[in-house]
Amino acid sequence: MLVDYSYIALFLVAAILFTAVVLGLPVLLKKLGIVPSKPNPVKNSAYECGVETHGRTWVQFNFRYYYYALLLIAFDVLLVFLFPWATQIGSLGFYAFGIVFAFLLIVLAGYLYAWKKGALEWN
Amino acid sequence: MELNFEKPLSLLTLDEIDQQEGGVIQSFRTGHTSPYPDPADWLNGEEPPPGVFITSVEKVLNWSRHYSLWPVMFGLACCAIEMMCMAASRWDLARFGMDIFRASPRQADLMIVAGTLTWKMAPWLKRIYDQMPEPKWVLAMGACGTSGGLFRDSYSVVPGFNLVVPVDVYVPGCPPRPEALMRAIMDIHEKIDKTRILKR
Repeated sequence: MLVDYSYIALFLVAAILFTAVVLGLPVLLKKLGIVPSKPNPVKNSAYECGVETHGRTWVQFNFRYYYYALLLIAFDVLLVFLFPWATQIGSLGFYAFGIVFAFLLIVLAGYLYAWKKGALEWN
Repeated sequence: MELNFEKPLSLLTLDEIDQQEGGVIQSFRTGHTSPYPDPADWLNGEEPPPGVFITSVEKVLNWSRHYSLWPVMFGLACCAIEMMCMAASRWDLARFGMDIFRASPRQADLMIVAGTLTWKMAPWLKRIYDQMPEPKWVLAMGACGTSGGLFRDSYSVVPGFNLVVPVDVYVPGCPPRPEALMRAIMDIHEKIDKTRILKR
């Protein structure tokens, strides 16, 4: 029974070995003088790359984008279902058509609600 | 090179940032008037002395550097279009093992500086170069890279990238064709192959 868990121990050993090699190899290569070591303040800084941010980084976006994001998610899901269905529409038959139609109606109800609420208007 | 702003940038207004940036660029310009010497001593380097172990270890190391040369994105102007062409399917940079143009200099070995470099951009070019890990190579692409090209006499253009960073290979042309750039990359490969890594 306990032998079944030996795979996990094997994984653990492999993970530790991999991590040790990946972390240790650069140190070893540097010790051997294969990787030249020429540090400078920019290279040693924690900032990953490029130019440091100018001005304030707390940028505010218009909250109306939120509605668009919600609508996008709803219609994204709809399209993900519609495309595979549309390619196989002949072989799937009326049952699949009915299901997709019901799904479409549900999303359409949400769309009409958003329309009526004015989420599609920018002002 | 470190850009010395007196206060953290996040505390400054945009006007103050503009003024300070102008000062930084001006001081950078006065500090970079003579070109860096080209690191071309490998061209007439001495033959490797006989030694089976060291030579073969060196060969393996150079081989691994040769085939995993990752370029950093540095497209400044029209040359960058040719650079993109070279990376895309027709000329296919991936067969040299240079699959991806890295967006971060921390992961890159080769900087292909493609296009016209202005003095305003020069400190940031230097900064990107400084952030790249050793060993690193620089490829100046186009007439602007070699000499300033068409804009040599302009007040705002750096006449040759070797004023800012040491350049390994220059590619002439305005812009050079992707074949020319590929030839330059093969020159870089030749340099890598002939580099003596291990001390004797």
